Amino acid sequence: MAQAVTGHDKHGHGGHGHHDEHHEHEHESLKTFGFWMFLITDIILFGTLFATFIVLRFSTDGGPTAAEMFKMPGVIAETFILLTSSFTSGIAVLQMHRGNKKGLIGWLAVTAVLGLAFIYLEVSEFIELVHEGVTIGTSAYWSAFFTLVGTHGLHVSVGIVWMTALIIQLARRGITPVTQRKVNIISLYWHFLDVVWIFVLTIVYLMGVM
Amino acid sequence: MFQNLIDFLLNDFFITGDPLILGAQVSIGLSMVAVVFALTYFKKWRWLWTEWLTTVDHKRIGIMYIIASILMLFRGGVDALLMRVQLAVPQVEFLHADHYNAIFTTHGVIMILFMAMPLMFGLFNIVVPLQIGARDVAYPFLNSLSFWMFFFGAMLFNVSFVIGGSPDAGWLAYPPLSELSGSPGLGQDFYIWGIQISGIGSLATGINFVVTILKMRAPGMKLMKMPMFVWSVLSSCITIMFAFPILTVTLFLLFIDRYFGAHFFTLDGGGNPMMYINLIWMWGHPEVYIVILPAFGIFSEIVSAFSKKKLFGYKSMVFALMSISFFSFFTWAHHFFTMGSGANVNAFFAVTTMLIAIPTGVKVFNWLFTMFRGKLTFPTPMLWTIAFIPCFVVGGMTGVMLSVAPADFQFHNSYFLIAHFHQVLIGGVVFGYFAGLYYWWPKMFGFKLHEGLGKWAFWLWNIGFYVCFMPQYALGLMGMTRRFNEYNFDMGWQPLNVVSTVGAFIMGLAFLFQVWQIAHSIKFYKKEPTGDSWDGRTLEWSIPSPAPLYNFARVPVVDSEDAWWEEKQRLANGGKPKPLAPLEPIHMPKNSAIPFLISVSFFVMGFGFVWDWKWMIIPGAIGVAICMLARSFSYDTDYYIPVDEIERTEAALGGTK
Repeated sequence: MAQAVTGHDKHGHGGHGHHDEHHEHEHESLKTFGFWMFLITDIILFGTLFATFIVLRFSTDGGPTAAEMFKMPGVIAETFILLTSSFTSGIAVLQMHRGNKKGLIGWLAVTAVLGLAFIYLEVSEFIELVHEGVTIGTSAYWSAFFTLVGTHGLHVSVGIVWMTALIIQLARRGITPVTQRKVNIISLYWHFLDVVWIFVLTIVYLMGVM
Repeated sequence: MFQNLIDFLLNDFFITGDPLILGAQVSIGLSMVAVVFALTYFKKWRWLWTEWLTTVDHKRIGIMYIIASILMLFRGGVDALLMRVQLAVPQVEFLHADHYNAIFTTHGVIMILFMAMPLMFGLFNIVVPLQIGARDVAYPFLNSLSFWMFFFGAMLFNVSFVIGGSPDAGWLAYPPLSELSGSPGLGQDFYIWGIQISGIGSLATGINFVVTILKMRAPGMKLMKMPMFVWSVLSSCITIMFAFPILTVTLFLLFIDRYFGAHFFTLDGGGNPMMYINLIWMWGHPEVYIVILPAFGIFSEIVSAFSKKKLFGYKSMVFALMSISFFSFFTWAHHFFTMGSGANVNAFFAVTTMLIAIPTGVKVFNWLFTMFRGKLTFPTPMLWTIAFIPCFVVGGMTGVMLSVAPADFQFHNSYFLIAHFHQVLIGGVVFGYFAGLYYWWPKMFGFKLHEGLGKWAFWLWNIGFYVCFMPQYALGLMGMTRRFNEYNFDMGWQPLNVVSTVGAFIMGLAFLFQVWQIAHSIKFYKKEPTGDSWDGRTLEWSIPSPAPLYNFARVPVVDSEDAWWEEKQRLANGGKPKPLAPLEPIHMPKNSAIPFLISVSFFVMGFGFVWDWKWMIIPGAIGVAICMLARSFSYDTDYYIPVDEIERTEAALGGTK
């Protein structure tokens, strides 16, 4: 075994160029797999926050309740914006598979701008709540609300910075196996945040105003 | 201004007024000066930076983990001895109550999170890639980041005892005591940030090794042909992936309570302290399985190697490991049967807890049957394994006693519990990692540790262990509860406490023997003639010790469990050596300073949050962001080792021709 014929490199023993390509593919798929593993841990993270929110959903300590404070139009707008951004990130990936660098960058930019719009609405919602006297320290319910929704918002914000960095890399380097993997990963991340938002919308907002 | 600064340093920043802590401060200061002086005098700064601080080599990262964990074992051990001195002579106020609280808190945190975890990660790093025939882990950069996050997290936690104040709300920091209302000092903030930073590192290690094991095995090594240690690492890392995010969130929520005045776990504002206790044990109980599962893997390797037999019941062992990591998530409430969740809830958690005893029992029988009719030899790794079995069986049985919910109302928070978990954690985890350390030491460094001194250490550890903890079972039944620094003479607890303290000091002596053993073995360095120190069975023994940078000059092809052993048997029976494939350039990751710098930035940010110094938080956070972006923008991250260099290295090692 130890010293046996490897049979590892099916591409034969060609020059470096050959090796590079082979290893790069192996390398990139390894990273994508790792990102799926990371998403599992992120699901547990959000799961814990949701569980906490659900446990504390009636703990308003006699203070304002969700039904009194929530303004649904803004939330519905946020939802549509984020769902649309998920769709545009999907188009970006399709453009990438066509080898259309311009289209890829353009649609990623649209996605990032929609993400920014989402964050803008969310931050305005938070500011409005604070102006009306509801803060993270008002009661356990609001602590859980701001933390859960805020953690999702933080994820989206990180995604926007990341996407911007990726747009710059794409502009400089074009579509290579490495940038391709990076685009795939961020679109995975973006769809994931969209799914989490569906749960936020349902459990926090819709069940809150029910 | 200057006077203000001095006042601040003496009154708030440094802990002053305690001779024990003053001694520690002086010795920390002196040893830092000594290290800096030695590095400068011997001109080793560059060497330290290029060979160690920026390395992405799993073998070196493993060694750094082990060094750090042994230092932490020393500190955690000193904490333990201080507590034992206090309990032997409670009338003398050796440690006053506040100091005692701080010490039992740091003892627990350090031993579990900063001793057991890094020692475990050290062994993962050194052994797993070699056992599966890989050249590194899946993500070498992330691996280095994990180490430095652990290291700086541990430093942030440890610094609290000389700067700002130790945490003192118990190792799991139950609220409301750990909230601002109960712990207004900075200790609890050091606790949160120290564990949070190192916890991110642990989570990353979990992901890294799951992917390494699933994706990086040598051709032919099917899952059911993996060495048992690799299986145990897989089960442990899967458990890490599911448990550690819960810890991250729990500490994050406690931080939000303390820093932003939220009400998750406070008594006012509708908060629910019980929520914290549930969450922390949803991580905490899997955590103890995370550290014990790899020990089971180590014992399996060692039992099989020193019985010269295949491991008995391979499939049942795999099943046992995986079912333990599954069930570990359904037992958490047995830590607080007394909190009034009701009979049905308690019954459920009692039954799940008892269920875990079944796969564990399966393992014990597998080890015994592996030894049965084997050609047994007893070098130190095997001694630790043999000592583990009865110790762990007793510890496990007392665990089953504790799992009986009605009886637990009697045992809860008593020294019976203390004795139980020390018996499974020392008798299981510590013995296991020591066994692993002795077993793989020649693979790490190319020489064996002195057997004679190792036997002294072994016997002293074992005798010390029983002398220390057996009396504590009795003390628990006599009503002695944990976390008190004083008791009255008329309780009748003193004689057994004195015995227990004597046992603790015997273990302290045993540790000194181990230090002596290492120093002695380095001084009388005797190079191992081959890479196969123990006539081993798995792939790590097929390459030279210590392994070259790229581990395997040629990627091995595996066709059986115990692949190296089978190959040796085949050759001994007149089989022909297999033809060698031509060498090929090897693809390797480049060293990187980014993991170190990210972790330093995290340290700065965490330290800033502890003191609520915005001028420190902001640069720290910016540092983290810049490092991450710098990584994203760097494309030149790996290189090839050319064939002639591999040939030279192999020739120098006298390994494969």
